Amino acid sequence: MADTNLIDIYIMGERHRVPDSLTILQAFEYAGYKLIRGVGCRGGFCGACATVYRLPGDYHLKFVLACQTRVEPDMQLTMVPFYPANRSTYRLSELKGEAKEVLDLYPEMLRCLGCNTCTKSCPQDIDVLGYVSAIVRGDLAAAADISFDCIMCGLCVSRCPAELVKHNAALLSRRIYGRKLAKKSAHLARRREEVTAGKFMADLAGLKKQSKDEMKKRYAERDIEKGE
Amino acid sequence: MSYPSNMQDSLNLVVASRERRMSETFPRATAEAKDELLKGFHPDYRAETFATLRVGPNSGDRTPRELADLLEADSTLPEVDSLKSNIQNPDHDCDILIIGGGGAGCAAAIMADDAGARVMIATKLRLGDANTMMAQGGIQAADKDNDSPAIHYVDVMGGGHFANTPDLVEALVTDAPEAIGWLEDLGAMFDKNPDGSMKTIHGGGTSRRRMHTARDYTGAEIMRTLRDEVRSRDTIRLLEFSPAVELLTNDKGAVTGAVLLNLNLNRYSVVRAKVVIVATGGSGRLHYQGFPTSNHYGATGDGLVLAYRAGAHLAFIDTMQYHPTGAAYPQQILGQLVTEKVRSIGAQLVNSEGEQFIFPLETRDVVASAIIRECQRGKCVTTPTAVQGVWLDTPMIEIHRGAGSVKRELPAMVRQFGRHGIDITKEPMLVYPTLHYQNGGVEITADCATNVTGLLVAGEASGGVHGRNRLMGNSLLDVVVFGRRAGVVAANQAKERTGDLQLGLAHVERWRRDLQQKGLGSEVKSPLLLPDYTRKAS
Ligand SMILES: Cc1cc2nc3c(=O)[nH]c(=O)nc-3n(C[C@H](O)[C@H](O)[C@H](O)COP(=O)(O)OP(=O)(O)OC[C@H]3O[C@@H](n4cnc5c(N)ncnc54)[C@H](O)[C@@H]3O)c2cc1C
Ligand code: SF4
Ligand code: SF4
Ligand code: FES
Repeated sequence: MADTNLIDIYIMGERHRVPDSLTILQAFEYAGYKLIRGVGCRGGFCGACATVYRLPGDYHLKFVLACQTRVEPDMQLTMVPFYPANRSTYRLSELKGEAKEVLDLYPEMLRCLGCNTCTKSCPQDIDVLGYVSAIVRGDLAAAADISFDCIMCGLCVSRCPAELVKHNAALLSRRIYGRKLAKKSAHLARRREEVTAGKFMADLAGLKKQSKDEMKKRYAERDIEKGE
Repeated sequence: MSYPSNMQDSLNLVVASRERRMSETFPRATAEAKDELLKGFHPDYRAETFATLRVGPNSGDRTPRELADLLEADSTLPEVDSLKSNIQNPDHDCDILIIGGGGAGCAAAIMADDAGARVMIATKLRLGDANTMMAQGGIQAADKDNDSPAIHYVDVMGGGHFANTPDLVEALVTDAPEAIGWLEDLGAMFDKNPDGSMKTIHGGGTSRRRMHTARDYTGAEIMRTLRDEVRSRDTIRLLEFSPAVELLTNDKGAVTGAVLLNLNLNRYSVVRAKVVIVATGGSGRLHYQGFPTSNHYGATGDGLVLAYRAGAHLAFIDTMQYHPTGAAYPQQILGQLVTEKVRSIGAQLVNSEGEQFIFPLETRDVVASAIIRECQRGKCVTTPTAVQGVWLDTPMIEIHRGAGSVKRELPAMVRQFGRHGIDITKEPMLVYPTLHYQNGGVEITADCATNVTGLLVAGEASGGVHGRNRLMGNSLLDVVVFGRRAGVVAANQAKERTGDLQLGLAHVERWRRDLQQKGLGSEVKSPLLLPDYTRKAS
């Protein structure tokens, strides 16, 4: 790689020299770790690589995803690849779809102190306190909306003085919202019935019999709906 | 300034031409022009990067060298004799063993559990560490009034270059509306209009707007929903960090279980099952032809290796999908996916001179070829780390759809680039094709059956649904449709299968003899399980 600049970083206290172009995840690997924990998607979607670090002379803790963050000189870091999280027992199909069911299953949400540490520790920059408050208020639409980009990394749980596992409560809120509260799609219900009634079977059977050339012609002539 | 100075001149040309381009539509390519692009520039046509298989059911077929090496490799297991006592005393017994806890595996588990089967999932890392979690753009289903499964069928066939297996395409398009409804019943949240109708958009190669989205976290939304449903059923047993390293067979060659390796403890365990479903996904981490990849860490093609060794026939393993828009800058996110949705909602592809060169929603293989051509003829930008790319003009979306639309529709993308100081609402992205999807896999029927008794396959590990090129949004659909089917079929088969469940490794011994006979070395072992990136600088 052109212009490699080597810097020192401290992985769980141990010094390593690594190119400054790497992500934290790549720096672990460059240093020689073959990771099993602390890595999943490598693309910012799975929350496996939650990482905490400090820079010299700065008392603030920083919270990031190792796969999405470039190394900085003298960072002191550790991954938090797992954090104990309780999950209530439920079957969504047996819930009524009421907002209070989230609080019934996660009553500890009411213990939130409103300190906002969770928001400060979210690598996705989610307004975590915002969705916790929405759950407490019983506004599942807001809770679902605010928490939507949560990748369930658990960093907000690790820092919460009230010990709340809010990402699981948010997940339940979204599932209740998706199943019960979101407005239903009439066209989807209609199409499901049509498929069950076998409405498209004959058309498809006909298409399946077409030769490759017939199919090509049909494809070339298909009309394309306008718009994005 | 977020882009380095050597890229600024070209960036200025993009900005200068934007207003004019806003009203320009680049014409769609003719069938001949597409053909020419593919043959001239698509990586699948670089013959020297392929090898011909010398052992196993697909002997004589071509596949990328990296995959051929693993398909022709030796088992990672020690001498079979040394394992006899382990194998005779299985650690786990179940009706259905599902190998792979991604979208297809979880869908299968839920359906099989519904049918009363005793289900076990064994997966490589955590449940949901999978390509399904990473899908951004959307999932197709013909559920609008101006659309139909038949119209969807024609799109799928055209996208796959008419090579797809018709029965599989029929199943895919017919089950699609039910798949969406099922996901919603499980609590998945799709983007909707105020009247409750689905917000649907186009994807590459679609003739109707049938792409359903959940912001640009569509796969994550599906995966976390399925995962939570699996976790809420204490009847489903789950083993994480426990990849399968070999299938087990009875004396007739039917599959009866698998050997797992606990990655934390480095210990084998043995599972006996009446039916095994392989749902291990793709192989982007094999980095065919040295391409970067959009895939998750565990996408190493293990399922193909295990099934092949047990005698399963593979299909379409000579074609891989290179997604046209992988990130080319910054280096830290090289190869990570820039979702097709960016083009679906109005961003154009622009070369270093600020000009369009392809209709943005041609099928992926065509767009990728066009970008490679642009770079080969020098109309690209080169980054400080010597990576080439062309521009994807995201600020157009804001102008088209209004301020705030990029952040609303593409929060993951805004975040991903924002973390490296690039504001995609104001500046374009630099992109180049990235290794994205395994078009082929284990050959299956519409019931997910293979030519090996007791072995079903679903999802990206299977082959035939997408022919030679998959369309965006049909893979998430594939994993839900065929995952569900596999679960139902497996539960039925498990009821019928009562005897013949001895566990053995005769197929591995036979494989080793075959390798020896053909004079093939045994230095390479497979499945790979995880790529080795240690001590490498990128
Ligand atoms: C970045 C990205 C974006 C995408 N966007 C879209 C999109 O917008 N629309 C769309 O339709 N498709 C999209 N796709 C494709 C789609 O997401 C995948 O093809 C699909 O989700 C595959 O699902 P699967 O269940 O077959 O495999 P996966 O979801 O990958 O799951 C496979 C699982 O098996 C496990 N496994 C692997 N080997 C073993 C083993 N030996 N033993 C046990 N477990 C094992 C893996 O760890 C993983 O958990 C995208 C893919 C990527 C990578
Ligand atoms: S960190 Fe805990 S207590 Fe503080 S605001 Fe967040 S949820 Fe409430
Ligand atoms: S809300 Fe909590 S669990 Fe979710 S991404 Fe933010 S820190 Fe992680
Ligand atoms: S590895 Fe998945 S978010 Fe970093």
